[in-house]
Amino acid sequence: MDVLLDVRDLHTQFTTSSGVVRAVDGVSWDVRAGETVALVGESGCGKSVSALSVMRLVSAPAGRITEGRIVFKGRDLLTLTDDDMRKVRGREIGMIFQEPMTSLNPVLTVGRQLTETLEIHLGMTPTQARARAGEILGLVGISDPERRLRQYPHQFSGGMRQRIMIAMALSCNPALILADEPTTALDVTIQAQILELLKDLSRKLGVAMLIITHNLGVVARYADRVNVMYAGRIVERGTAREIYAHPRHPYTLGLLRSVPRLDEPRKARLDPISGQPPDLTRLPPGCAFAPRCSFVAERCRIDRPELALVGEAHTAACWESERLAVQVPA
Amino acid sequence: MTDAPILEVRNLVKHFPIGGGVFGGPPALIKAVDGVSFSIRRGETLGLVGESGCGKTTTGRCILQLEKPTAGEILFEGRDLAALPEGELRKVRRRLQVIFQDPYSSLNPRMTVGQIIAEPLAVHRIVPDRAARATRVRELLGHAGLLPAMARRYPHELSGGQRQRVGIARALAMEPALIVCDEPVSALDVSIQAQIINLLEELQAEFGLTYLFVAHDLSVVRHISDRVAVMYLGKIVEITDRKTLYEDPQHPYTKALLSAVPIPDPAVEAGRERIVLGGEVPSPLNPPSGCVFHPRCPIAISECRGEVPALREIREDHRVACIRV
Repeated sequence: MDVLLDVRDLHTQFTTSSGVVRAVDGVSWDVRAGETVALVGESGCGKSVSALSVMRLVSAPAGRITEGRIVFKGRDLLTLTDDDMRKVRGREIGMIFQEPMTSLNPVLTVGRQLTETLEIHLGMTPTQARARAGEILGLVGISDPERRLRQYPHQFSGGMRQRIMIAMALSCNPALILADEPTTALDVTIQAQILELLKDLSRKLGVAMLIITHNLGVVARYADRVNVMYAGRIVERGTAREIYAHPRHPYTLGLLRSVPRLDEPRKARLDPISGQPPDLTRLPPGCAFAPRCSFVAERCRIDRPELALVGEAHTAACWESERLAVQVPA
Repeated sequence: MTDAPILEVRNLVKHFPIGGGVFGGPPALIKAVDGVSFSIRRGETLGLVGESGCGKTTTGRCILQLEKPTAGEILFEGRDLAALPEGELRKVRRRLQVIFQDPYSSLNPRMTVGQIIAEPLAVHRIVPDRAARATRVRELLGHAGLLPAMARRYPHELSGGQRQRVGIARALAMEPALIVCDEPVSALDVSIQAQIINLLEELQAEFGLTYLFVAHDLSVVRHISDRVAVMYLGKIVEITDRKTLYEDPQHPYTKALLSAVPIPDPAVEAGRERIVLGGEVPSPLNPPSGCVFHPRCPIAISECRGEVPALREIREDHRVACIRV
């Protein structure tokens, strides 16, 4: 499969009153045509900032991309002019955000918000755009599109608004969709509907997807490949099956063990990761996870480990991943 | 665990009027809670699950007397809270505490952690002496797994998990018998959720606490609860012990909810059969006739449209509101 998006050594920083925050600190990942890739991690790990960096939506002047390349279809997005970048956003790369209510314009009808993109990006006439908008609403499972196009966002439920966001993201036939926590704000049964819809459409239309989430269950169900992030860096990468069956980074292992699972007998006690999430302005030298790690060795507090091969197409950034492999049978 | 219920809720109804007024005629009614009954035994945890708008939080707020029920009775340690005189209620109310979902908005940003925990001790004259109060605050911080030095910090200096621990220490200060935990971990990071759940379980064992655990995460609820009630649109549709609910659910909504929870294991997910419900939760302003679940129910028949199913006992300690079961 062709590499569609290739992010190389990306660094994104924010200047804050308490110092420089390296939100994304030397991260490389790629998405191939048609596949679903996940960026997993907890709040502040840099997963959303990674996606915003790809879209060049990191808010200046506090935030800026200081290093790296973001190659999409052979072009480095970081070298494009603002005008050219505007043609990529929404047209070639679609984006779905967590909170549909705050990402839709409350004073414009849903129809106007859908047709605007089509008219600007694809040069459609208002009539053509209207017809296409109705077609896409049908595609995302909204019935009676004619009436719905005339309505405003507040007249839709949370699940329906997320369907509209998906419709907007798909409207210009993009090659890639970035979905940032697309179902976190939704109820369980609606979450299932939206994820099925996304998966179904991405298969049918051959769109590649980057899913950003903290939910390990969502990743297991929908992703082909997974990147686990911690404190601005990728700590483990591999196919979803490999990562869940043979985690080789203590953080991944800790995440998997700390959540109760419905398919397993109930445990007397949960197995949490100890300590607090890292403060990005005061990261320790060496491995950022060392203060919370149960496999920590002396070296971990001095040298920062880089991603290294631990299995077929499976890498982990951990000095102790061999010991972990021996101590944790599959 | 004794069998005497510490809390009994009988036919609780809470309707919120909206709109209407001077010209609009009678206001419309949101039936947030519509005839809910259950009891909690001393020392146990009852999980209350359901999707947003199902009335689980309103049920909790009625029990805490933060909302005045439209109808129904709430008996705490055998006494009807609505019938108690003001002074008595205040005393009883102390033994009913709450832990909120959002540790960011439930702590006063202008107070230090020590002041936040000391305030109820002073107001209710639990520990009137200043020096003794400081000692008690340190002790409470310790119970919640925080260092004594935390007392001087402000909420914004703490992480989400630490803030939730402060909320727990504040609830413990009142020496409660029952704590309503309203989504206590859903705003926290995955790696921190397990810490807080373990803490809640340790405190329950140490102080003999009873929990009403309101949540939407079915995996977490299974872990912490002894019994579980499932709510849909203001009504309980199924209530039984944890093991039965998760291993042998009977109500079609319970089954769909369980099936919708993704399992963190691709190998398991690949072979899993899913019930994806169509449609959305209807508005409580205008609930469907008969069984409120019938428009989305995969096994609904025409009778479901006409008849409101009673919550009936299908076996000991297992009640289901469905005519198809």
